[in-house]
Amino acid sequence: MNSKNWPLFEVFIRSKNGLSHKHVGSLHAADPAMALENARDVYCRRNEGVSIWVVPSDHITASDPGDAEELYEPARDKIYRHPTFYTIPDEIGHM
Amino acid sequence: MEQADLQRLFDSKIEQEIRIEPKDWMPEAYRKNNLRQISQHAHSEIVGMLPEANWISRAPSLRRKVALLAKVQDEAGHGLYLYSAAETLGTSRDEMLEDLNSGKAKYSSIFNYPTLNWADIGAVGWLVDGAAITNQVALCRTSYGPYARAMVRVCKEESFHQRQGYEIMMSMAFGTPEQKQMAQDALNRWWWPALMMFGPNDSESPHSQQSLNWKIKRVSNDDLRQEFIDKSIPQVEYLGLTLPDPDLKWNEERGHYDFGPIDWEEFYRVISGNGPCNKDRLEARNKAHNDGAWVREAAMAFAEKRQTNVA
Ligand SMILES: [Fe+2]
Ligand SMILES: [Fe+2]
Repeated sequence: MNSKNWPLFEVFIRSKNGLSHKHVGSLHAADPAMALENARDVYCRRNEGVSIWVVPSDHITASDPGDAEELYEPARDKIYRHPTFYTIPDEIGHM
Repeated sequence: MEQADLQRLFDSKIEQEIRIEPKDWMPEAYRKNNLRQISQHAHSEIVGMLPEANWISRAPSLRRKVALLAKVQDEAGHGLYLYSAAETLGTSRDEMLEDLNSGKAKYSSIFNYPTLNWADIGAVGWLVDGAAITNQVALCRTSYGPYARAMVRVCKEESFHQRQGYEIMMSMAFGTPEQKQMAQDALNRWWWPALMMFGPNDSESPHSQQSLNWKIKRVSNDDLRQEFIDKSIPQVEYLGLTLPDPDLKWNEERGHYDFGPIDWEEFYRVISGNGPCNKDRLEARNKAHNDGAWVREAAMAFAEKRQTNVA
């Protein structure tokens, strides 16, 4: 294209009511309305969804994989956050 | 993190089958190798529409027409999924399209063969999509996350492509003697180029080993080709057709079919630009791109105008 590239949008689809929208891919479009139409054409040709979100890709703030340690490591030794940390007698049944 | 630590982390992810994602550190050669493979794959989907689109308006029935139309539309989608995956490696859609249209980028050499009559549409769906599926199923486990996810989507959509092609072959092979002859002729012309789709022999494919080590490729060219041949033979037999290979025979010891030598000279001739349709394909691509320029510009102008009205 001569002057301007169409911006990139990320596409999220709810496959059926009761489930959340899930990222399925991305596409270029001139504006959000066209992104929605194109998302329908490329990502919903076989009843894949009942609802579509499109989000300009540059509006997404993502974590840096380099920060993984400080972001996720502290959770790893907090095993008391899990039910299996606590001992409950078999006699009382499922808890 | 130090370079050596980053490399170690990357190696251990590959080793443990943990997918590499766009923002993860990766060796430059891994990035480039993926970018080349994914963009070539995308170009193949796009150029692959041309030989079939040629027959949409001449399909013999409405049933065949809607199937072919849906298939070609799927291939456009496959191109889009793959371009999107390639873009995560730091290139733009426009750069890739420019490389395709200028003839700098490669695409699968199979699409430089002509579709001469309706039986070719059967043979293409059955054999060309069949070979592509064999390749793409293996790529669902490729190590680069966006590529693997694109392949999963593509594989879900592909299986009807091969079945509609085989159905066309069935109606021709079981039709009049003339129709059967057309089916045989199409099989004769498409069989060898379909086998070439898996690429050069492993011994002649220097980048292959590195790709296998990085798990970009999961199965070697020769193994995929063998798998495709073994799967195809019962399908050919059912049609009552014969393969254009006198050396083809079951090898009890190997548990595979042996087959005759592939004409690699033809392969390199076609891939370097001298196949029957290379020029047509590029011209059609460029014409479509240039004819569509005003639409892209108008859409952008409209979007900008709407934005200023809102602001
Ligand atoms: Fe495809
Ligand atoms: Fe296909």
